[in-house]
Amino acid sequence: MSACYDEMWGREEVLRAPYAGFHDWFAQEDLKRLRAKQREAEEIFRLTGITFNVYGRAEAEERLIPFDIVPRIISGSEWARLSRGIEQRVRAINAFLHDIHHGQEIVKAGRVPQEAVARNAAFLPHMIGVTPPGGVYTHIVGIDLVCTDEGEFFVLEDNARTPSGVSYMLENRETMLQMFPELFSRNRVRPVQHYPANLRRSLAACAPPATTGDPVVAVLTPGIFNSAYFEHAFLADQMGVELVEGHDLRVVDGRVAMRTTRGYTPIDVLYRRVDDEFLDPLNFNPESQLGVPGIMDVYRAGGITIANAPGTGIADDKAIYSYMPEIVEFYTGERALLPNVPTWRCSDPDAMAHVLDNLGDLVVKEVHGSGGYGMLVGPTATKAEIAAFRRKLKARPGNYIAQPTLSLSTVPIFSRMGLTPRHVDLRPYVLVSPDGINITPGGLTRVALKKGSLVVNSSQGGGTKDTWVLED
Amino acid sequence: MLGKTANGIFWMYRGLERAENTARLIETGQRLALTQLKHPDDEWRPVLQSAAVLDPYLAVNETVTREAAVDWLLRARDNPSSVLACVEQARQNARMVRTALTGDVWEAMNATYIHAREVLARKVGERDLPGVLRALRQRTALVRGMTHGTMMRNEIYDFARLGTFLERADNTARILDVKYYVLLPSTVAVGSSIDNVQWESILRSLSARGGFRMQYGSKMAPREITHFLILDKRMPRSLAFCIARICDNLSYLNRGHRAPTPSLKLVSQIEARYLSHGIDDIFAFGLHEMITEMLDAFSDLARQIEVDYRFYE
Repeated sequence: MSACYDEMWGREEVLRAPYAGFHDWFAQEDLKRLRAKQREAEEIFRLTGITFNVYGRAEAEERLIPFDIVPRIISGSEWARLSRGIEQRVRAINAFLHDIHHGQEIVKAGRVPQEAVARNAAFLPHMIGVTPPGGVYTHIVGIDLVCTDEGEFFVLEDNARTPSGVSYMLENRETMLQMFPELFSRNRVRPVQHYPANLRRSLAACAPPATTGDPVVAVLTPGIFNSAYFEHAFLADQMGVELVEGHDLRVVDGRVAMRTTRGYTPIDVLYRRVDDEFLDPLNFNPESQLGVPGIMDVYRAGGITIANAPGTGIADDKAIYSYMPEIVEFYTGERALLPNVPTWRCSDPDAMAHVLDNLGDLVVKEVHGSGGYGMLVGPTATKAEIAAFRRKLKARPGNYIAQPTLSLSTVPIFSRMGLTPRHVDLRPYVLVSPDGINITPGGLTRVALKKGSLVVNSSQGGGTKDTWVLED
Repeated sequence: MLGKTANGIFWMYRGLERAENTARLIETGQRLALTQLKHPDDEWRPVLQSAAVLDPYLAVNETVTREAAVDWLLRARDNPSSVLACVEQARQNARMVRTALTGDVWEAMNATYIHAREVLARKVGERDLPGVLRALRQRTALVRGMTHGTMMRNEIYDFARLGTFLERADNTARILDVKYYVLLPSTVAVGSSIDNVQWESILRSLSARGGFRMQYGSKMAPREITHFLILDKRMPRSLAFCIARICDNLSYLNRGHRAPTPSLKLVSQIEARYLSHGIDDIFAFGLHEMITEMLDAFSDLARQIEVDYRFYE
């Protein structure tokens, strides 16, 4: 039995059913042709400009995220189970966000400590008592899942601020359809390309009271040098809405309006890809050039919908994450269908002692970190790295959580030797509107391209795969 | 349409047009240098002048040589009007206004950029120059073709056309400005072989030789050439043609408004003042004076368009 669960071969080297169609196809393929296809895929990505900018370099550099041609395949029944769990979790997150900005019943009930909310850096007092249009806080959510064994999925992280990567989900599928049409006639793969239309409909359904006529939607980007600029432009283009920057916007007659060639036009729903802190220099960071002075005041007066709502970051904070099982139970009255990864809160002295004793076996993350920055992966770190991290951890225990190193599942990638297993995770994309919750089948599979590596982030050398949900 | 987007589209197409025009100027300079019996480096000064980069060139280089001039025009880092810089600028703008472009236009633009970065990564040898220039012109033409073939005829398209034709009018006027003296009716040396070569090079640098022959046969004379390049409304790089297109596109943008915008008034004035007379009136007024005035008027027009359509605020 293999130590690591492979989604194609299981632990016992027995081909799993969802991969049967792919396996037959692959067995007949000429490896040379596939290598040429892999290069062709890169060429398509390069030409369409599907790139991300790398931070921390003198000149912002555009890079391709490596794409692997082997799809990650999920059966329809497995997906049905996963999506029930995701829906439950997303409902709970929205109920939690409403509650902590209103009565804070969950705090009163003693299920989440007061300081975890009130003293949380992501908590925005500006949102107290504010109910966003349609009651929706997280219009777009990405739930990061990892699989450790047959049917065993854990939630690794909730992305409730501005989950990114959905453009890769769409472009990966587009590329696969162009390169291997025959694979899609052999396998019944659920489509994903409705996402942009669903997103637009979902955003429009949350239009604010001030809206007159068809809701005007726009995407707010920090600009062309942002690492995800391609995605911002892609989504605006696919939805058929304007892509705006802070300096295109100003408050006019109590509405947020964009500067067009014919004057200022009000925006009803703003899908912002700018962090809370930079959203409004009058209300938050006064240095911000990326936001709109006064947008928060317009927002509270019902003049605009901001998606996701300001302050939603508290729900994807890693300290709050550790309370998610309680949060789900508290608001839905059911046990969480999707389990959390066991988490030690380093703010708790007993947990901290355990973490310090076992640093070499644990993954330690910053509470507010993301993108794989500022984390320690014990088993692969050097002694010096562990020692340095120990000092940081001791200086600010409350800034960290720790988790066991999970044995993440693998999915084969196409390498020079043929199929080679690599660790993966999965980020399904969830849309929330007053009309309900919509989950795109599959999502984005990120894959660690280095042998044995568990870090899948694109900023750390990870790649992506097309993700299939089969019609059983 | 956002003011910022109008701005980006306008400059994207100006950049493309300028890249193409500069490539054509290099082709002409190279050809002139090769077919002249004078010292081959002499022809590059007017080429740099026509591209409006002579002064910055001389700030960095002491003398004008073929090799340095070609490199300056094609890819020098210090020259913001080099072919490479123009293509990069056009592509940067295209990225900024990605949502206003069709996928076809964006991909053509991106492919042009990827290609230009590849072939202009290092100095281009004399032997490779013709092929490189031809490919660059074809690539920019591909973007233009995709624009015609796939873009909606809406205000986005109008701003693309405005950028293209303002840049083109500017380019034609600058070529005339640098070489006006060979076009003046003069009793000296008319019809000499030197003049013939110069006239041909002017037509060549505007891709106008075939059109001119069609119109006037093989006889070349300064009066006809000047008429052709300034007043002929069928010649796609003449001043009259470019200004008429700018006028059209500003009128389309003005549809639904009762009063004409200041930029539309400005372009109508340019047309009435400089382009509604005969060629003899132009010579009587002074070819050089008129071209100088027109170049100023074009920059005023560009500034007015920025204001009228809220490019910046």
